[in-house]
Amino acid sequence: MAQHSQGMVLKQGWGLWLTHVFMVAGVLIIFFPIWLAFVASTVTQADIVAPPMPVLPGAHFWENYTKALFAGVNVPVATMLINSLVMAVGIAVGKIVISLLSAFAIVYFRFPGRMFFFWTIFLTLMLPVEVRIVPTFEVVAGFGMLNSYYGLIFPLIASATATFLFRQFFMTIPDELAEAARVDGAKPMRFFIDIVVPMSRTNIAALFVILFIYGWNQYLWPLLITTEPEMNTIVMGIKQMFPSGDDTADWPVIMATSILAMIPPIIIVVSMQKLFVRGLLDSEK
Amino acid sequence: MEKRVTFRGWLLPILLIAPQIVISLIFFFYPAAQAVWQSLFIPDPFGLSARFVGLGNFEFLLSDPFYRASFFTTALFSILVTAFAMVPALFLAVLADRLIKGSSVYRTMLIWPYAVAPAIAGVLWLFMFNTRVGLASWYLGQFGYDWNHVLNGGEAMGLVVLASAWGRISYNFLFFFAALQAVPRSVIEAAAIDGAHFWRRFFTIVLPLISPTTFFLLVVNVVYAFFETFGIIHTITAGGPQQSTTILVYKVFADGFVGQDLGSSSAQSVILLFVVGLLTVIQFKYIEKRVHY
Repeated sequence: MAQHSQGMVLKQGWGLWLTHVFMVAGVLIIFFPIWLAFVASTVTQADIVAPPMPVLPGAHFWENYTKALFAGVNVPVATMLINSLVMAVGIAVGKIVISLLSAFAIVYFRFPGRMFFFWTIFLTLMLPVEVRIVPTFEVVAGFGMLNSYYGLIFPLIASATATFLFRQFFMTIPDELAEAARVDGAKPMRFFIDIVVPMSRTNIAALFVILFIYGWNQYLWPLLITTEPEMNTIVMGIKQMFPSGDDTADWPVIMATSILAMIPPIIIVVSMQKLFVRGLLDSEK
Repeated sequence: MEKRVTFRGWLLPILLIAPQIVISLIFFFYPAAQAVWQSLFIPDPFGLSARFVGLGNFEFLLSDPFYRASFFTTALFSILVTAFAMVPALFLAVLADRLIKGSSVYRTMLIWPYAVAPAIAGVLWLFMFNTRVGLASWYLGQFGYDWNHVLNGGEAMGLVVLASAWGRISYNFLFFFAALQAVPRSVIEAAAIDGAHFWRRFFTIVLPLISPTTFFLLVVNVVYAFFETFGIIHTITAGGPQQSTTILVYKVFADGFVGQDLGSSSAQSVILLFVVGLLTVIQFKYIEKRVHY
C-alpha cells in the first residue's frame, strides 16, 4: 500500500533530494557544538587563544586527555568519572528497586492507608529539588551526608514516575498468574521474584536508560553537597575548572573533560536506542 | 482500575512501600514543610534567632522590583526556549516523516544532544561565544558585530536560550516524529487525491491531528525551562549581567545559598511550589484528555 501512494504523499526526485539536504543541514547544525568541543580537545591552548580556532582536529588528543584524566585542574577527571558512575548507577538502581516494591504493594495488596501512600508518592512530583534547595541541604547536612555517595544518591531516589509506570504495567499482568500462584500456596514474594520481576525486565531496562542519564546529568544537587573536589561529579566539576578572575581557562583540558562527560550517556542512548525511545515515550505518558 | 486477585496481609505491603515513603517524607515533605515554616520568619544576621513576620516575606518579595523582574525574565526565557526547541524539532520531524529510507539514521544522529547534560551544553555554547576565544563571536566580530554576553543582558539571554533549546530539540523531535508516524496514511492520501498540496495538508490535517502531542510538549518544555536549566544558567552567565538571566529557580539558589537570605529564599520556594503544583495539574488534566482522545 505504501508503494503506490509514495508518489502522492512521499517526496520523490527533486523534493526528496531537498528533504535530505535540509535534514543533513539540520543534523550538522545540531552536531556542530559537540564537534567543536572535540576539535578543541585535540589542539593546543595556543591554537585556541589565537582566534579563529581550527575546525579540524589537531594532533594533541592523547596529551590533552591524559592530562585531564590523570591530572585535571582541581582533581583528576578519572576520580570525577568514578563519582558520576557511582551516583548515576546508584540513582537508577535505587529508583527502580523502591518503585518496583511500592508498585507491587499498591497493585497486589489491600492494606490500611493504601490510598494515602499512593497520594504521598504522587505529591513528590510537585516537589522538585530545585524548589526546596536550602531545607533539603540542611536535612542532608544534619545526617552528616555531605560529601558522601549516600548524600548524592538517597535524596534523589524517590520516584513517582517509575512507581506509576510499574503500576500501569502490573495492571496488565493477567490475574490468572496471581490466582495460580495463590492456589499453589506461593508466598507473595515468590510470585514477585519469579513472575513479576522477570515479566517487567524490558520496562526495567528502558527505565534504567532514562534514569541513568537523569542521574549522570544532575548538576544542582552535587554542586550543593560536594564541597570537597574529591567528591565532585564530572558534570558539576567542569564549572569548577574555570579559573576565577581574569586568568585564561585551560580550554583543551576543559573541552576534553566535556567530551569525557558526554561519552557514557551518549553510548547508552545510541546503543540502546530502541529501549531509550520506548522508555522516554512511556515515562511521559 | 483495580486488580481482582490480591494477596492477603497488611504488614508485608507496608514494609514494601516503606522505603519509598520514608525517603519521600525525609527528603521531600519535611524540607518542603520547612520551606513553608521558614518563609514566615526573618532570621537575625547572626542566625541565632528568628523573628516571626507572618506573610511579611511574601509582601516584601511581591513589592521587590528584582523579584518581579525575575518573574518577567522567567516568562520571557521559557517562551523563547519552548519556541526555539519545538519549531525546529517539528520541522525536522516533518522532514524525517517524509522519508522511507534514512530516517532512522537521522534519528540516531539527532538524539545525541539529549544525552548531553544541561551544564555541559552550557560549557559548549559558552566556548563558542566566549568573548576572547569563541569561534562564533570571532566571526560575528568579522561582520562588525561586537558580541559580549558578559556585559550585554540581551545577548546573555539569547545565549542561554540557544543552549537550553539546543539540548531539548532531540526530545521534542522524538515525540513529534512518533506522533507524525501515527497519523493514518489513508487520511493524508485522501486529502492528496482531493488535490491538497503538502503545506495545506500539513496545516489542515496533520497539525490538528498531532495537537495532543504539541500541547503535551508545550507543558513539558515550559517545565524544563523553569526547573531544569539551572546548570546552563550557572555555567554561562551565573544569572548576570545585572540579573538579566536570573530566572526564579536561579534566584532561590542565589538568595538562599550565595546571599544567605533564608526567609526570602524560603518564601520564593513556596511561591515556586504553587507554580509546580499548577503545572502538574495542567499536565495531568491534559493527559487525562489525551487518554480519551
